[in-house]
Amino acid sequence: MTRHAPPTDTTSIGHDVPRVDAVSKVTGQARYAGDLQVAGMLHGRIWRSDRAHARIIRINLNGADRIPGVVAILTGDDIRGVVPNYGHALKDRPPIAVDVVRFVGEPVVAVAAETLTAASDAIALIDVEFEDLPAVVTIDAALADGAPALHDTVHLKAGLYHGLGDLNLVPGNVCYHHAFARGTVDDAFAEADIIVEGEYTFPAVFQYAMEPHTTIAEWIGDSELVVRSSCQHPFLVRGELADLFGLAVNDVRVIVPFLGGGFGAKSYTKMEPITCCLAKKARRPVRIANSVDESMVTTRRHGMKAWMRTGAKADGTLLARQVRAWFDTGAYADNGPRVVATGADAAPGPYRWEAVKVDAWGVYTNTSPAGSYRAFGATHLQWAGETQIDEIGRRCGLDALQMREKNLLEAGEYVRPGGKPLDADLKGDIRKAAEALDWGSPKGPHVGRGLSVGLLAAGAQPVSTAIVRLEADGSALLLVSTTEVGQGTRTVFSQIVAEELQMPMGRIKVIGADTQNTPYDRSTGASRSTTLAGMAVLRAAREVRAQLLAIARKVTGLPDAAITLEGGAARHEGEAWDYPTLIRKHFGMVGGELIGRGEVRPEGNDDGSYAAGPVFWEVCLGGAEVEVDPATGKVHVRKAVSVADVGKALNPRLVEAQEMGGAMQGLGNALYEEMLFDATGTLVNGSLYDYHVPTIADLPDSFSSNIVENGDGPGPYGSKGVGEGALAGIAAAVATALADAGVYLDELPATPERVWRGLHRKQD
Amino acid sequence: MIDTTTQRPTRTIRATVNGAPVELVIEPRDLLLHVLRDRLGLYGVKSSCDVQVCGACTVLVDGAPVSSCTTLALEIDGKRVETIEGMATGNDLHPIQQAFVDKAAIQCGFCTPGMVLTTKALLTDIPRPTRAEIEAYLGGNLCRCTGYWNILDAVEDAAERMAGEGAR
Repeated sequence: MTRHAPPTDTTSIGHDVPRVDAVSKVTGQARYAGDLQVAGMLHGRIWRSDRAHARIIRINLNGADRIPGVVAILTGDDIRGVVPNYGHALKDRPPIAVDVVRFVGEPVVAVAAETLTAASDAIALIDVEFEDLPAVVTIDAALADGAPALHDTVHLKAGLYHGLGDLNLVPGNVCYHHAFARGTVDDAFAEADIIVEGEYTFPAVFQYAMEPHTTIAEWIGDSELVVRSSCQHPFLVRGELADLFGLAVNDVRVIVPFLGGGFGAKSYTKMEPITCCLAKKARRPVRIANSVDESMVTTRRHGMKAWMRTGAKADGTLLARQVRAWFDTGAYADNGPRVVATGADAAPGPYRWEAVKVDAWGVYTNTSPAGSYRAFGATHLQWAGETQIDEIGRRCGLDALQMREKNLLEAGEYVRPGGKPLDADLKGDIRKAAEALDWGSPKGPHVGRGLSVGLLAAGAQPVSTAIVRLEADGSALLLVSTTEVGQGTRTVFSQIVAEELQMPMGRIKVIGADTQNTPYDRSTGASRSTTLAGMAVLRAAREVRAQLLAIARKVTGLPDAAITLEGGAARHEGEAWDYPTLIRKHFGMVGGELIGRGEVRPEGNDDGSYAAGPVFWEVCLGGAEVEVDPATGKVHVRKAVSVADVGKALNPRLVEAQEMGGAMQGLGNALYEEMLFDATGTLVNGSLYDYHVPTIADLPDSFSSNIVENGDGPGPYGSKGVGEGALAGIAAAVATALADAGVYLDELPATPERVWRGLHRKQD
Repeated sequence: MIDTTTQRPTRTIRATVNGAPVELVIEPRDLLLHVLRDRLGLYGVKSSCDVQVCGACTVLVDGAPVSSCTTLALEIDGKRVETIEGMATGNDLHPIQQAFVDKAAIQCGFCTPGMVLTTKALLTDIPRPTRAEIEAYLGGNLCRCTGYWNILDAVEDAAERMAGEGAR
């Protein structure tokens, strides 16, 4: 890791400030949703379907309701015709199965009891009689002529946050179709001297946030709902719950304590609706805490199959790319439409094309629902596209770096018409990665080096607000609804306040997300928090700063230019008026507080850069050097390289931390991780005993994280987001490195068996 | 003994938890994880995989790291249990905790208590471990956030600190 000297012109920004939550986490004091106690709280457990597609004939409680301590049992009968379907993109899902189950793992019965043990004992007694229905458990089966449809797609209603245009749904299992074309792709391919074409498969992957989904629902009467939940987007959950139960949004309060990881698994609404229904029936607060096995069938990354072809001139100039991709969204759409759109958007890669044509579909299957996972879309297709770029290079005598130097977009060029022009120096970035790999130096047999670069439309909708309250004793409260999922948002936001108000970090407290008490933030994801919520924090702090200066002007009689804020005080030539003094003079007593408000919205930025979308282009860049054991097919990663093109690193160590973590997940996605569904739609590796999450023993020999600071981001101090790029970048770099070593894969992860077969197929 | 509400058998166990004696009436089937969290309020013991793979629920029993998710509470009868809540002395962090803070080895924090306790067992057994020895001990503690590099640094830093001041 290359370290710069800390900056001298700032007190907090750009410094490796320690995490504000580190001590509470290292002492076990940090509280997560599973650690909270609510008076009268019951414990919920769920009986889940063991059928992929079936009609529920009868639910036999077998005495479950007579277990001491059992208070309420919820089934589809309780909500049929009472509670409608939910789904932020498509309203296709009941909180608990009504009449029909559509995947193995779907909740059928929920029990609330005084203790977890009693609830578990009750669940163990229950059995359910089903009448099996024809199931489609793969994309191909779901799209086959005459395939049974999971939903009455034509009559599906859009969710509150579909946001992707008209539904245009037709009968069948497609829940979303995203298509675009630029130029005339057939003409461009007709000009091509080299055409590379292939079919690719990317697996379903489990996000594995270590804290499984956990929700506590508490009704106050019938019209007020308090939910404490491990969710990333409290305001979107609030909106969906209000809609689902016919409440005003101010009657729904969503509180989010620390999250034990998210990675998209806790985006949007997950276990909240069923927990609220169970609590309503029990007339007591209820907590449902998933096990990891249950979280595995709650959400996952989309499996994907794709066909892609890329054409170029004999000199390596790229001409055209065409992509068709099908994303397996499981039994319910969840965030599928957004994943499909983002995947399609990322499919061309950051190159100059004469023509591109992309079609992508979200497909229902009778498997567990798929939603967001870090760097969705880019991770799915970047490895395939980058492998094709390298293959063209091989055929025209250019190496991976030369191909990219020739064809990558420059800053200011349009990535797509009408969108935001490229705001990054991709060629500079890729040279850094190449340098870190000793590009061009000799390498041994069975060793491959790979580069990859992609772009991800980052930021989601740019709507965030924040409030800073400077208290009469000079301490500050920061109210912001970004959730602390591990990324360090409370630390970075505190740094922004500390810098703007020139006060110590230790005097700033961040109040975490509570929709009744902290202001609106659209969501925590899409690498958006520092850039967008951070900008709202900056503006709120600057409002307080302006108030401090105005008071200081009045108190001292000096003009603005003569006053500086430093060390928690207004200063002028050796004289100081600390903030408590200024606030006391302003209010005429020891009390009161200065309140600053910050807002970000699409047209809110001075240069309009949020309006055109995306907020910024996240660079997904990686490099890898791998060694393949030709006897076993085992892949050893010798070097992994990431380049974080972040505009400005507000906390370099936290940027590196995002890169290290994202890179390791990238290695997991590329080499190990795959959810395997059998012919009955059952997840056969549905526990961590069978599903390999990378351990410390899977580390590569070395990792190089490189931070690029060109000040070209729309966020505070020229920053832009980080967090997803390394995952997609490293996963794709492993694939290109394997191809460089002679292993051409059309399927990830690169398991020893696939690598061995790939190697021997080449030699044949 | 039979619990009059649940009509299920119970046992009484006595153990030392974070230095304090405790006596508990439990069911023989109760898991140590649930007893520590729900009966003793030690919420620093985290529940994740349930199958002894992830290490989030690690506690030390007579100094040895065990997964409390797959240990019966009965098994601690007469033994000494240490959880993350017992590591610091007042406001003074244990050197291992301080190393995790200083080396930025913490993100979401869910794996942190288990990581710290396994590290304590490692450094008790092997005060100056090699990278391979660190990988062998911490191979049973998953972290999804950090990518492990800073944890590796923290363990090495903790070893140095503790060698410097003598084992605590």
